[in-house]
Amino acid sequence: MDDLRRTQHGLAAPVIRSATLPWLRPWAPRFTLWLAASIWMLGSWNFSGWGTEPVAAPPSAESSSSAEVFPPVEVDPVVLAAQQQRVEVMRRASEATISIFGLDGGGGGSGVIISPDGYALTNYHVSSACGDHMRCGLSDGRMLDAVIVGIDATGDVSLIKLFDEQPLPFAPMGDSDTVRVGMWAFAVGNPFVLATNLQPSVSLGMISGVHRYQYPAGTLLEYADCLQTDAAINPGNSGGPLFNLDGEVVGINGRCSFEKRGRVNVGVGYAISMNQIKMFLSALKSGRLVDHATLGATVATDASGRVVVSNLLSSSDAYRRGLRYGDQVVALADREVRTTNMFKNILGTLPRDWRVPLTIRREGTLHTLLVRLDGVHTEQELTKLVSSEMQPPGGEQEEGGEQEEDEQAEPQHEEEKDAGDPLHAWRADPELAALAPNTQWVAAHLERRPGFANFYFNRLHRDRMWTQMRGGGDVERLPIRWQLRGQLATEPTPVSIRITPQQGRLEIGSRSVEAGLARERSDLVARRRESGLLLALEAMLEFLRTGPQKMGDTVYLGTMPVYPPQRFSLRDAEQHDVLRVLWGDVEVRLFAPPASSQLTLIEVHGDAGDDPIELYPSHYREVTWSAGTAALPHRLRLQYGTDVHMIVDIEQWIPASAHGDTEE
Amino acid sequence: MRLMAILLEVANRSTALAEACGLLLLMILPLHGNESSLGSANRVAVAAELKTVKIYGAGGFRGLDAYQSGFYISGDGHVLTVWSTVLDVDRVLVVSSDGSRHEARVVGVDPNLEIAVLATDAPPPAWFDLDQARQAEVGCRVLAVSNLYGIAAGSEMSSVQRGVVMAITDLQARRGSIESVYRGPVYVLDTPINNPGAAGGALVDLQGNLLAMLGKELRDSRANIWLNYAIPVAQLRESIQRILAGQTIQRVEEVRQPADRPVDLAALGIALIPNVLDKTPAYVDQIRPGSRAEQAGLQPDDLILFVNQTRIASQKDLLDELQFIDRADRLVWLVQRRNRVLEIVVNP
Repeated sequence: MDDLRRTQHGLAAPVIRSATLPWLRPWAPRFTLWLAASIWMLGSWNFSGWGTEPVAAPPSAESSSSAEVFPPVEVDPVVLAAQQQRVEVMRRASEATISIFGLDGGGGGSGVIISPDGYALTNYHVSSACGDHMRCGLSDGRMLDAVIVGIDATGDVSLIKLFDEQPLPFAPMGDSDTVRVGMWAFAVGNPFVLATNLQPSVSLGMISGVHRYQYPAGTLLEYADCLQTDAAINPGNSGGPLFNLDGEVVGINGRCSFEKRGRVNVGVGYAISMNQIKMFLSALKSGRLVDHATLGATVATDASGRVVVSNLLSSSDAYRRGLRYGDQVVALADREVRTTNMFKNILGTLPRDWRVPLTIRREGTLHTLLVRLDGVHTEQELTKLVSSEMQPPGGEQEEGGEQEEDEQAEPQHEEEKDAGDPLHAWRADPELAALAPNTQWVAAHLERRPGFANFYFNRLHRDRMWTQMRGGGDVERLPIRWQLRGQLATEPTPVSIRITPQQGRLEIGSRSVEAGLARERSDLVARRRESGLLLALEAMLEFLRTGPQKMGDTVYLGTMPVYPPQRFSLRDAEQHDVLRVLWGDVEVRLFAPPASSQLTLIEVHGDAGDDPIELYPSHYREVTWSAGTAALPHRLRLQYGTDVHMIVDIEQWIPASAHGDTEE
Repeated sequence: MRLMAILLEVANRSTALAEACGLLLLMILPLHGNESSLGSANRVAVAAELKTVKIYGAGGFRGLDAYQSGFYISGDGHVLTVWSTVLDVDRVLVVSSDGSRHEARVVGVDPNLEIAVLATDAPPPAWFDLDQARQAEVGCRVLAVSNLYGIAAGSEMSSVQRGVVMAITDLQARRGSIESVYRGPVYVLDTPINNPGAAGGALVDLQGNLLAMLGKELRDSRANIWLNYAIPVAQLRESIQRILAGQTIQRVEEVRQPADRPVDLAALGIALIPNVLDKTPAYVDQIRPGSRAEQAGLQPDDLILFVNQTRIASQKDLLDELQFIDRADRLVWLVQRRNRVLEIVVNP
């Protein structure tokens, strides 16, 4: 409880409501002082020569002229060079750092641009105070519009996108696993909303601890595997970057420990590790509300200090893969587990739906299981939690719809708008009108849909994947009936497949299986038999023929790791784009490598508690029929869980007529 | 320690060799990063962390922390920490940075310094040799190592903060309304290092030499701000040796000698209201014109609250206190005048 009480969120600065918008004021004197002090501070820390001599004491008050006391100091050129380098690194870092405000000038947090096309990271607790359209100040004084892209409420991360016609300055993303205790780090941001001219503040500090775990505040905002720093992080720094001295972002600042000294830094701040964010980045770009993972099992430290499974859900994938009560957990996702905190750290940084290796020791023998992670929240829970925290800009307005109306308001309606209109201040002053938000761009890049942060970006990636698929040939003109001939890859047994949207028939040697494919598909998943191949194959063909939406509601999920058979290491896995299609009573997930037209995995998920059908198509070759040509797979691997059920080598794809006769 | 340093050096260069060097090195190895990062204090920080411990004991309710910090001071596993309510249990739990857990007993305490020495009876992974401790100068850059806020759990390493020694001065501080017991020299830092759970942590210089022990959370007596300070090892060394030698250290009550020529109110030009009760308030009745009291700005009807930072509850308190102040001393009066509180200085 103590920790919960002491660790507080909400480092976003308090709402400022003033007649003039705070970022439009000219250079404030206090800022100049601040900057001067910062420069003095930086100058007094020399890095390469550090630790050899104490810093010279500043002149005492008695001495009227410091020159009398201190003769001119000869500074080692190495020191000056190191200082120059640091100044340069901090200049570049400041250029990529942004101040984030709500449309009404409220909110007030920080962020960092991570790509020249304007994607930027911030805290969820910063973006949630601004709604889905925010304004971002750059260090050069420009104010740009941004829209929300993706939200990771559990991890306290939001991805936003800034609009500018030119490429934007951005900061490279570093490897936070290389960060060590005692290394220098600096935070850049807008503490106490001091940056009235939008020039962010820099505070230098040290990494105080790595791989820290901070319990969730409420049900959200868990900081797992985070970095602890004594670089001054204060209200307003939230969402801003923590840099290493190479100018790479290693974390996103968002949390501090406070107690009796009030809500100012007491030398303890936390940054979300960049490596966690990297794992979520593709999902964040999908415009969704992304979720973190649970294993379906809890662990505890036993009397001998081992981390063992203390609770296990029998409906979990981990249980189906063979995890049992009392197993010692040795590693998760290729990272060693020695304490329960380490386990929580690793699990807390993984996205839901990923499959990751879990290494256990049972009776002295090590086993590695590939487990599919479940989500911390249901999608409904997440939608509810996020929608309750997202405050529409303008204060009184509760409905998102009203907001949209404002943006499309005709000029003659302006006088009718009261102070509730967040854009009122902009419109009222002709001088400010030129700086007013670019509502056209925002309207074109913002699509509200329940369960999504911004569906525009989901549509973007969904359509991109579909465009890629169509690059594989005339897939939309694929016949609806096929006969496939081949044999088992493991033995020379002939295999024949006949498939239509309604019915599939699989012959393996003298055995044959028939399956209806049009309804009660989840029963077919639960059966765990060869017939699953027919359902997954039809799902693939139907998707290729009809594209997204016509088959069923289609959503882009981001990328997830796909593993080669029997190789359970994240290093062996490739990250593939994933589309999810709701197809009757089942859910189909289609995997393809980035920029590829070839699906590599089709999963058909039935009821929770059943392993999905996994069909791995490969060996793509051109197939020609009367109406077109497309690359189609010539090897199909059927898998349930991690067991390979069957591998079929296809020799021929033959379009069939309505009567079942093959078209020659 | 030298051997350790060499081993670390070798281990950093050869992973294969490191694996042969045992569990401890394996644990330390991943803590070290790329030294090419400019000015990393990683090596010194980790070396200091291996000598510090997390201490768990009584508390955990009503704002009392059940944890604090400490560090090893001998190869026999003795731990130096602050004397606090955390130690009010039969056995305190001491957790080393290598994850080993020890039930420790309190060997002895020094109530004047508010320190305690614990015995873990197990050889530590590394320790600070008090004889090797250095003195800091103003401007010295330092690292503070402690488990502030109890952030590190289990085998996790304590936290490291960096700072600069801003001043070396005598401690004048209080906890609530109680003056701190220790009044000796302290290093004052520019960084908030005295957070919950940090007391007992180590202050080292950038070469890793021990300088001081982080003190309890205290406020400055006058300015009322939270202090960032540490007590130099030189102030603690003798006391620690006595504790280790099995001696019991008694609380030394400060005995004040009455002044040879105590302050005389009449000579200053102050007349109080008639002292008719046990606790007659120290109200000024009259000020003699041209007296030093008048020149200093005292006025009739002023209520005297403090004299030289001593609380004055009654005329008796005032007269008693004045017995200890020499006429040659500077007098600082804190008085209430109507609804204002004023500080008035009467120079000798």
